[in-house]
Amino acid sequence: MSDRIFGVIGLLLSVFYIWAALIIEESFLSDAVGPKAFPIIIACVLGLASAVIALRPDPEPVWPSLARLAEILAAVVVMFLYAMLLPELGFVFATMLAATYLSWRLGSTILGSVLTGVGTSVGIYVIFHLVLGLSLARGPFGF
Amino acid sequence: MDTLSSLADGFAIAITWQNILLALLGCFLGTVMGALPGLGPSNGVAILIPLAFTLGLGATPSLILLTSVYYGAMYGGRISSILLNIPGDEPAMMTCLDGYPMAQKGQAGEALAISGIASFVGSFFATWGLIFLAPQLVKIALLFGPAEYFALFALAFATLGGVSSSNQAKSAFAAALGLGLAMIGVDTQTGVPRFTFGEVHLYDGLDFLVAIVGLFALSEVFIFLEHRHGDADAASKKVVIGRLTPPLSMVKKCTPTMLRSTFLGFLAGVLPGAGASLGSFISYSMEKKLVDKDGTFGKGDPRGVAAPEAGNNAAAGGALVPMLALGVPGSGTTAVLLAVLLSLNITPGPLLFTQNPDVVWGLIAALFIANFMLLAMNIPMVGLFTRILMVPPKVLMPLVAMVSFVGIYGISGSTFDLQVMIGFGVMGWVLRKLDVPLVPIILGTLLGNAMESNMRRAITIDDGNWWTLVDSPLSLTLWTIAAIGFILPVLVGKVIRSKMRRDEESSLSD
Repeated sequence: MSDRIFGVIGLLLSVFYIWAALIIEESFLSDAVGPKAFPIIIACVLGLASAVIALRPDPEPVWPSLARLAEILAAVVVMFLYAMLLPELGFVFATMLAATYLSWRLGSTILGSVLTGVGTSVGIYVIFHLVLGLSLARGPFGF
Repeated sequence: MDTLSSLADGFAIAITWQNILLALLGCFLGTVMGALPGLGPSNGVAILIPLAFTLGLGATPSLILLTSVYYGAMYGGRISSILLNIPGDEPAMMTCLDGYPMAQKGQAGEALAISGIASFVGSFFATWGLIFLAPQLVKIALLFGPAEYFALFALAFATLGGVSSSNQAKSAFAAALGLGLAMIGVDTQTGVPRFTFGEVHLYDGLDFLVAIVGLFALSEVFIFLEHRHGDADAASKKVVIGRLTPPLSMVKKCTPTMLRSTFLGFLAGVLPGAGASLGSFISYSMEKKLVDKDGTFGKGDPRGVAAPEAGNNAAAGGALVPMLALGVPGSGTTAVLLAVLLSLNITPGPLLFTQNPDVVWGLIAALFIANFMLLAMNIPMVGLFTRILMVPPKVLMPLVAMVSFVGIYGISGSTFDLQVMIGFGVMGWVLRKLDVPLVPIILGTLLGNAMESNMRRAITIDDGNWWTLVDSPLSLTLWTIAAIGFILPVLVGKVIRSKMRRDEESSLSD
C-alpha cells in the first residue's frame, strides 16, 4: 500500500512539475531547445517511474509505531527551531540545547544528555571556531 | 614513462607538511567513520566537505583530505564487521562472513591484521591501475562531443542502481527527482528563473552540498531516532583481540587470494553501476569456488577475510577512474567526491588531466601516501579504533547532526539553507523507508545542469535536430550499454540478491 501511495504522489509531483515547467517565462533570446524541454522530459521519466511503482509495489516496509513517528516529528521541529533560533541565541547555547535534546531522546539519562550537549557544543566551538577559525553564529553574548 | 614522471611531479606536490598532515587527519577520521556502524564513506566525506571548504583549503589539499577519508573509511569498515558482526559500511558486509567467526575463535587480532594487509594490497594495486587506465580512458573521452556526453550521463544514471538494485523503477524515480531538483534556479543559458516560485533564495539553485548532507547525514540521525539504538551492542560485548600479527604462513596462504580479488574488485569498481559492494561480493564468491576445498569458508577462514577486503578496497580505487577521467562517478562516495570537485570549481573529465595535472597527480600521489599511512595505522593502532567503536550512538548522533549544521552554516551563513537541509533529511528518511536509493538523487542534483546543457548544445549545434543525440556510432553504443545496464538488473538482479542474502544467512546460522 505504501508504494501505491508513493507512486500516486510521484505522479502528482510529475504533473505539477510539468505545469511548473510550462509556466516558465521564455526570454526573447533563446537557444533551439529552450528552458522548458529538458524539465518536461525529466517529469515524464518521473511520471513513468511513479506509475510503475504504483502498479507493481514492493513488499510493505516496516513503518515505525505512532509513538516513534511522533519522536521523529519532534526531532524535526527541534531542528527547525534550532535553525531559526541560531542567530538569536548564538551558536553555543542553541547547539547545547539541540544536542542535549537529541541525546536525551536517543536514550541518555538527563545528566548524560546535558553532558553530551555541553561537550558537543563547546567541543565544536573550540575546534571549529577557535582553532580552525570558522565563523559561527554570534549570539547576544558574543558566542 | 610519461606517466611515471607525472607521478613524480605529483609526489612533489603532495609531500608538503600541510598535505601530509591533512592525509594523516583524513586517514584517521576516515577509519573512525568507516568503523562506526551507521557512518559509511559517503556520510563521512559528506560531513567533512563543508569543513574542507570553510577552511579555505586549495583544491589539491581538500581533495587529499577527502580522498584519505574515502580510503580510510574503506579500511575502517572491516573493524566492526570482524569484532561485532555489524558491517561498518555496506561493502564490509561480506567481511562479516569469515571475520566474525575468526573473532569468536579468539583470532580477532589476526583477522584484523590480515584484512588490513588485504586492504592495503587491494588499494595499492588499484591505485596503480588508476594511473595506467585513467589516461587511456581520457583518450577515448576526448572523442566525445556534447551528444556523447549526454548519452554518457544517461548511462551513468541507468546503471547506477547496479546489478543488485532491487527495483529499477525506484532508481529511475530517484534519478529523475535529483535531475528535477537541479533544474531549480536561474537557467544558465537564457537567464530565466525556473521553479523558483518567486523565492529569491532559490535563484542560485539548491546547493548540492545541502542536499548531500541532509540526505545522508541527517536521515541517519532520524533512522537512529526511529530505532533508538540507545545503547550500542558494542558496549555489551567484550572481544578478545589476541595477537595482532598474522603468522607468515597465513599471509602466504592468502597472497594469491588477495591478488585475484584485487583484480576482480578493481574491475567491479571501474564498471559503472557495480561499485565496492559488488566488488567484495564477487571476490568472496569466486574465492569460495576456487580455494574452498575443505568447506572452511564461513567458519573463520582467513582467506575469506582477505578476499572481500582486497576486493572492496580495489573497487574503491577503481571507482575513481571514471570519476576522474570522465567526470561521471560510478558509486555513491565518488559522487560525493565529484561534489567536492565541482564546489572547488574544477570540472572533472578529460580536460582535467591537461588543465589541472597538478590536481590529478597530486591526488594520486596522496593516495599512495594515504595507503601506507593506513597500513601503519591499521595494524599497530587498531586497538585504538576498537575503543572508538564503544562510543554509543546517543553521544555520536547528536554530534553528527550538529557538525552537519555547523558545516552548512559555515558555507553560506544562511538559516534558509539549514531549513532546506532538514527538509532533505526528512525526505531522505522517508525514501530510505520506501527503499528508494539516495545516490541517484545526489548524482542528479550534481550532474543535472551539465546534462541539460550538453543536450541543448548538441541540438543547437545541429540546428534544432533532436536526432543528433543518437547520430554517431559512439553515442549509439553508449545508449545501448545504458539500456542493457538498466534492463539487466530486472532480469538477473533477483538471483544475485537472493544469493547475497543466502550467503549471509548461512554464516549467521553457524
